[in-house]
Amino acid sequence: MRDALIALLLLGGTFFALVAAIGVVRMPDIYMRLSASSKASTLGASFILSAVALFFGTTAVTGKVLAIIAFTLLTAPVAAHMLGRAAYFCGEPLWAKSVRDELGGAGEWCKQHERPEELSSTVPDANAVDATKGDRSA
Amino acid sequence: MSLTAFVTWVILPLLGLGLLITFIRVVRGPSLPDRVVALDLMATFIIAISAVYSIASNEPSYLDAAVVLAMITFLGTVAFAYYLHRRSNA
Repeated sequence: MRDALIALLLLGGTFFALVAAIGVVRMPDIYMRLSASSKASTLGASFILSAVALFFGTTAVTGKVLAIIAFTLLTAPVAAHMLGRAAYFCGEPLWAKSVRDELGGAGEWCKQHERPEELSSTVPDANAVDATKGDRSA
Repeated sequence: MSLTAFVTWVILPLLGLGLLITFIRVVRGPSLPDRVVALDLMATFIIAISAVYSIASNEPSYLDAAVVLAMITFLGTVAFAYYLHRRSNA
């Protein structure tokens, strides 16, 4: 019974890790790749580590596993955010079919603003807002 | 099929396959941030592999490597992001 649960957790974790790997290879631009890799890999690693904790069942191992899971859950979003931010300022292009870029063009932001680390989005004009609402209700 | 055999013959090859797939992006990645993303994912794969290997060999010490790697990975990714940001502002 316990072995079956461990095997199930291992299979689930491997599945999510593989999904992250396939997403990193197949997604069209870096922001989608970041999204695929950071979320799915965190879940996959957490499943696999909980399987290890269940397998050994001692306090030392469980403590280490909980430490790794907590640390991953805390740091993976921060790292992904910093990387996406840096990539945006580098001027990494968005996918050609992306519908919306609130800051108005990756890379253009740096050229137009003296201190690009202060982020803010502009309010779109009335027509743009109407068009967006129309798209969402449709 | 015992759990050790299952881990050795199913889980570890699948994780190794994922590591290889991610390596494709490191080789092909058109820009530096793409490669950093792929390297970050590879480090997560190595954490998972060392955890699974501790089951396969019934030796919990391999988890220590996973702990250290989890911390080093975060530092490395943040350092890369900082470097990319500075480089784009210069």
